[in-house]
Amino acid sequence: MLSINELRASIEGKEILKGINLEVKPGEVHAIMGPNGSGKSTLASVLAGREEYEVTGGSVSFNGQDLLELAAEERAAEGVFLAFQYPVEIPGVTTINFLKTAVNEIRKYKGEDPLDAAQFLKMVREKAKLVRMNDSLLKRALNEGFSGGEKKRNEIFQMAVLEPKLSILDETDSGLDIDALRIVAEGVNSLRSPERASIVVTHYQRLLDYIVPDYVHVLYQGRIVKSGTKELAMELEVKGYDWIKEEVEALG
Amino acid sequence: MSTETIDLKTKLVADFYAKEAVINGEATSDFHQKKRAAISTFEELGFPSRKDEEWKYSSVKDLVSASYKFNEPGALSAEDVASLNIPDQNANILYFVNGRYHPEMSQLISSSDKIVISSLQEAYQKDPAMVNKYFGAVDSSGDAFTALNTAFAADGVFIHVPANQVVEHPVILRFISDARQENVGSQPRNIVAVGQNAQVKFAEAFRTIGEQRSFTNVVTEIHMDQDSHVEYYKVQNESNQAYHVGSTEVFMLDKSHFYAATVTLNGEFVRNNLSIRINGEHCEAHMYGLYFPDGTQHVDNHTVADHMKPNSESNELYKGILRDKSKGVFNGKIFVRPDAQKTNAFQSCKNIVLSNEATMNTKPQLEIWADDVKCTHGTTTGQIDEEALFYMRSRGISRPEAMSLLMYAFCADVVSQIKIDSIREYLEGVIAEKLTNN
Repeated sequence: MLSINELRASIEGKEILKGINLEVKPGEVHAIMGPNGSGKSTLASVLAGREEYEVTGGSVSFNGQDLLELAAEERAAEGVFLAFQYPVEIPGVTTINFLKTAVNEIRKYKGEDPLDAAQFLKMVREKAKLVRMNDSLLKRALNEGFSGGEKKRNEIFQMAVLEPKLSILDETDSGLDIDALRIVAEGVNSLRSPERASIVVTHYQRLLDYIVPDYVHVLYQGRIVKSGTKELAMELEVKGYDWIKEEVEALG
Repeated sequence: MSTETIDLKTKLVADFYAKEAVINGEATSDFHQKKRAAISTFEELGFPSRKDEEWKYSSVKDLVSASYKFNEPGALSAEDVASLNIPDQNANILYFVNGRYHPEMSQLISSSDKIVISSLQEAYQKDPAMVNKYFGAVDSSGDAFTALNTAFAADGVFIHVPANQVVEHPVILRFISDARQENVGSQPRNIVAVGQNAQVKFAEAFRTIGEQRSFTNVVTEIHMDQDSHVEYYKVQNESNQAYHVGSTEVFMLDKSHFYAATVTLNGEFVRNNLSIRINGEHCEAHMYGLYFPDGTQHVDNHTVADHMKPNSESNELYKGILRDKSKGVFNGKIFVRPDAQKTNAFQSCKNIVLSNEATMNTKPQLEIWADDVKCTHGTTTGQIDEEALFYMRSRGISRPEAMSLLMYAFCADVVSQIKIDSIREYLEGVIAEKLTNN
């Protein structure tokens, strides 16, 4: 589904990603871990099409397409979804109106007719139930005055509505208490299917207790320096990141 | 400096005295004496220049460089009117063509015991004392345009809502400049007198037809008695050859509530003055504004909230989206007089500038002589929030669609203030169309 090959990217002339290689197949959940500043969020941003980052080398193919050639909105329409670490507040646009526009823009991209109001509302209500999203939040301006937990839940709710093929969760656990974390994880798990894949970016192992990954990768200094299964995450939880740093430095 | 073209000021003054020569006995009336004083003021002041602090960012050079035919009757057919009309079965609709009231085209549905509507001239003939009580309450000593309007006040409308009447059907004044044949000028003077505990909603809508220039110099006086409630909307959708100077002067007494929204959709040069004298306690004055200049358009809003008595509130929000080489000006004055303790005054002006060549000048001006007051003001001028754009695009919304959604949202808190459904729906349509052409 996703094939990242020697990907390099920089921002304001500073190289952050220094040759990333990653293969994600349908149905898989990959966790990307690593110390702060290792390039985790940059990887998520580059995949979603954030324009401040300049791709300086390598390639990314998504279901056979050159992902890097697509604009952010085209990537979304092709089925890439980024759950933001810091969801944006947009005054004056209700969550429901925002999502209706998104759903119908994606349908337009695919050459499908827009959903009518009744079909859309029915679908949205089902998805809201799935992530235990309060109906009253849907009518409020997008993320405006939402608590941290509500914002993150709104991300997962949007993900449920848009049904992406590849979800990238950028530190969705940051700032969440354990109850909110559980609800968010339940939402993600309920969307797991053999056709869909996820990349879960996190600093801590705790989220992975709830969203159990198939693979765990450690990103350090812009490269994936270690890959393993969920046991690797446990090891990191116990030992921290220092031993990884030492290993990398020993290899020189 | 051709000797063949007489400048606009000279011509207008000459017109005044030519008219005066043929009004016979009327010349001694109070009504005429006020006009006479006003033309002297105008002669003295002349049109403002940019040296005048109030006109620092707005030059009327272009406006006064042309000549205009005033009070042309125009020749609007039923189709012309239909093409400009926003049908509203539930409103009183009054038509003015080049400033002249056309009762035969108008639709009055409220009964005359609830609201009395007539042209200013007619009202004066019927009840001079009543008109004189209000006419000229506006101090035109410092403003050439208001003085000029006062000097030529004839048409326009006089609306009286007697005490305790609630006028359910809004009153919509449609001013149409018929500039198909030549440059036209109009100077409507509207007086709205709202009695104690009475309520009315009204709107002024300005349109142009034709390609020639139009010059509108409108003055509206709104006199509010105690406990009265007025909603006032001004909608300008004129041509790219339209020059508009308008002053709305509001006089409030105890416990009255006033709401205004001024929306400038189009017009080459627009100057709107909105001045509210809050001469009462426990009053509320709300002012909203929205403007969308593009091309070389110039939109200037000057507002005054003058708190003269304690315990009242004023609240102001103006918003603009500027494109191309357009210019915007906002000047918001808040006066809190020594007596006006416990005043709450809020002011905010927010702008999105979409082009490097567009400019916005904002100037809040607070003069506070009382010591126990709450006043806040703030202005912002910036671009569309890139982070918000990326967020929307990451959900599949194309860049232009995201832009228009964000801009529409930006306007929504002003548009939603407009409580006359037909006008709000019209604005929603025009604005949505404007914002999709990015």
